[in-house]
Amino acid sequence: MSKHSQAAERQRGGFDLGRLLLEGRAFFALIAIIIIFSSLSPVYFSTSNFLTMSSHVAIFGLLSIGMLLVILTGGIDLSVGSTLGLCGVVAGFLMQGVSFDMFGVTLYPPVWVVVILTCAVGAFIGAINGVLIAYFKVPAFVATLGLLYVARGVALLMTDGLTYNNLGGSAELGNTGFDWLGFNRLFGVPVGVLILAVVAIVALLALSRTPFGRWVYSTGGNARAAELSGVPVKRVQVSVYVLSGICAAIAGLVLSSQLTSAGPTAGTTYELTAIAGVVIGGAALTGGRGNVRGTLLGAFVIGFLSDGLVIIGVSSYWQTVFTGAVIVLAVLLNSIQYSGRKKRVDKVSEPGSPNPGAPANPSSPSSNADAARVTSEAESTAGKPATQH
Amino acid sequence: MMPSSPIQPAPVSEPADDIVLSARDVAKSFGSVQALKTVNFDVYRGQVTTLFGENGAGKSTLMKILSGVMQPTSGEILLEGEPVRFSSTTDAQRLGISIIHQELSLAPNLSVRDNIFMGREIKGAMGIDYAEEARQTRALMEELDEPIDPLTPVEDLRLGQQQIVEIARALSVNSRILIMDEPTSALSATEVEVLFRVIRDLKSRGVSIVYISHHLEEALLITEHAVVLRDGVMTAYARRADIDLEWIVRNMVGENFDLGSPPTGHALGEIALSLDDVSIADTAVPDRSVVDHLSLDVRAGEIVCIYGLMGAGRTELLECVAGRVPLSGGRVVLEGEDVSHLSIAERIAKGLVLVPEDRQRDGLVQTMSVGENLSLASIKAFTRWLLTSGNRERGVVDESIANVHIKTDGPSAEIGSLSGGNQQKVVIGKMLATHPRVVVLDEPSRGIDIGAKAEVFKLLAEGAAKKGLAVVFSTSEVGECLSIAHRIVVMSRGRIAAEFGADASKEQIMAASGEAVVA
Repeated sequence: MSKHSQAAERQRGGFDLGRLLLEGRAFFALIAIIIIFSSLSPVYFSTSNFLTMSSHVAIFGLLSIGMLLVILTGGIDLSVGSTLGLCGVVAGFLMQGVSFDMFGVTLYPPVWVVVILTCAVGAFIGAINGVLIAYFKVPAFVATLGLLYVARGVALLMTDGLTYNNLGGSAELGNTGFDWLGFNRLFGVPVGVLILAVVAIVALLALSRTPFGRWVYSTGGNARAAELSGVPVKRVQVSVYVLSGICAAIAGLVLSSQLTSAGPTAGTTYELTAIAGVVIGGAALTGGRGNVRGTLLGAFVIGFLSDGLVIIGVSSYWQTVFTGAVIVLAVLLNSIQYSGRKKRVDKVSEPGSPNPGAPANPSSPSSNADAARVTSEAESTAGKPATQH
Repeated sequence: MMPSSPIQPAPVSEPADDIVLSARDVAKSFGSVQALKTVNFDVYRGQVTTLFGENGAGKSTLMKILSGVMQPTSGEILLEGEPVRFSSTTDAQRLGISIIHQELSLAPNLSVRDNIFMGREIKGAMGIDYAEEARQTRALMEELDEPIDPLTPVEDLRLGQQQIVEIARALSVNSRILIMDEPTSALSATEVEVLFRVIRDLKSRGVSIVYISHHLEEALLITEHAVVLRDGVMTAYARRADIDLEWIVRNMVGENFDLGSPPTGHALGEIALSLDDVSIADTAVPDRSVVDHLSLDVRAGEIVCIYGLMGAGRTELLECVAGRVPLSGGRVVLEGEDVSHLSIAERIAKGLVLVPEDRQRDGLVQTMSVGENLSLASIKAFTRWLLTSGNRERGVVDESIANVHIKTDGPSAEIGSLSGGNQQKVVIGKMLATHPRVVVLDEPSRGIDIGAKAEVFKLLAEGAAKKGLAVVFSTSEVGECLSIAHRIVVMSRGRIAAEFGADASKEQIMAASGEAVVA
């Protein structure tokens, strides 16, 4: 009885500290990180440090937002780190000028052209991923793993393993301004952070206020039901990988601008950090649950944590251990949140209705799959420790 | 509605009627839905006891309780007179009770041998003794007259052969009680004969059999005892010698809750949906069609019910109409326009919608709220330029909730918090919100209680009468055919076996479906 009334109270939005902490965990983790590192190092809590750290976060944030779209549809994109590297190299290559031996001319595209072409490369890689996954039914993990290698290989081939250092362009050629993509500051804020903010706002609007956003959530929640409701599931799947590729391309541009160089190995293992950001932000890897706000918080948690560890002088080996522990903790909390939700639903539905999915006539031939599923669901919930508190 | 006190089994009179397993006052509920209400059920040693009942009567639930798949909410199970509790199927198996499930539970990627010995591998000196397993498998398959090589992967077998493997697995554990839940639904006539020979053989060895089948005549050939369940209550028991087919049908169907009558007083319109010589290929078996040159016209304002047994091709037909399953021949024509090559989304835009059979798998997005589910198919209706309008969406959702009478805390409630009936109304409401001309529903009454059923049917009848909606719904419960439908089409093996008006009798419909031939 008491359990039931608690559930009811929660339904009415009654105050529950455990629940509040659980739902806002990424936010509280970020606050905790800031407080802890500020007390350990006097340098940490300063505007300039926050801006520096934020410009690091911008890279992961951009990748994470693209990754969020993919994960919301129930997929995964392992190729974003390599795409970032390849796109940086493509941008560097274009900044050096493209020579056409046949005509004996060298073209120096202006920066805005470089940006568009680079994003097109990212979109192209994403399109390959998306088509493989949606139309050829290649598992997302495998398809994007393949592209991870291919894109990295192409980047190394293009540069012969070397790095483009001269990205400044020159005034006579009219291709200056690359440093405005990430290195420079506008009103004191690193441009990379502003780009992240713009991309985040666009993604936020797209997910919450457009049909496309609804399609993304429904595809990840239940692709079969979405399809029967008229959602163009395959097109949605291709689109999210294309968008993820574009996000990676933007991140590649920002990173090469920040570093004033473009190397073929840039962004190695960044895909994992991006996934971590999304997961820490509360998204479910099974799709259908997650949002931009959480993902941004997740990216900031990872960025502020690793920079903080650097600032207080923890060895990079220990940084790796800490980051890993945070990711595992985040996934653990995710599963607690989602299984808690399921249980609550059961309890609420108790008085007047069967639990979700319970067939009322379990002996009809066709409902047996259903019944079996309910049973296994019940078993798996029963198998888990009491996770509500 | 029906006698509240279930008829008790006949008292044990002869020594031959030795009860080996019995359920005493067993009840099972799922949430508020009672699937079984204090059932008493006996299994006789060395004999076949057949359980009859319509879909939803509680047969499979009872069998799952007897075999340890589920635990009863109350009541007890006596094995040889001693109370027992099974916490799992392994528990039950250890005591000699096995079940052959209605749906196959084989691992398709493994061989016949590995499936039969899954979880009970024979261990030799060097790990698993594959040779011994293969030898025993071969012996079992020979006994079943199905000499399949033990190393054949199960996925390469026909459905009927897979069913035989399933039976072989149950035989291999030397059960003393064997529960067979629709073992013949995938078998050919000769395979059924082999199965019956095996059953007689098992009986002579003292094995007790519990048998469930929709093929009533077939079951009568093999059984010694008949038990009838209806709506979770045991309504009748008799020995085979004392009964005939008519007795079973009468007890199975009983009186019916009023599910409405065909709406009258409106003129039927033009032909809204026309299926023209439709064929659908069987994905599992090449050169076979699950729907075979079927033609059907439905007029605006008309309600057509499609009745048929499992495997008659109903679901494939309806999914094909909606555009999920491709045609292998023929055309689907919507209001004079051939829509055969349009996508699901395009058909919805033209006014042809499907309410799928399995609402958990195909109907609902469990991660979304009630409102988001309701508006999913009609997002365009509340989108201006690129952005959706929260107010307009709210309007669409509120209208749907009111139109289909969904009981919910509000549009933001989680979809899982609704009862089965209300979830079904969400799926129907979602499709009705697209303002369709033709609604196709696959088993709309599945898994919802009788009150919700009546409401769903009332909704469809109103749609047909007031909006001139063409409605096609399928069902596997004969009582539902005789509710709101103007016309009843009986499907059997991918074809239309018979067509009736609203005045048909249950016996006629069941006979046409191949379920029972009443003389």
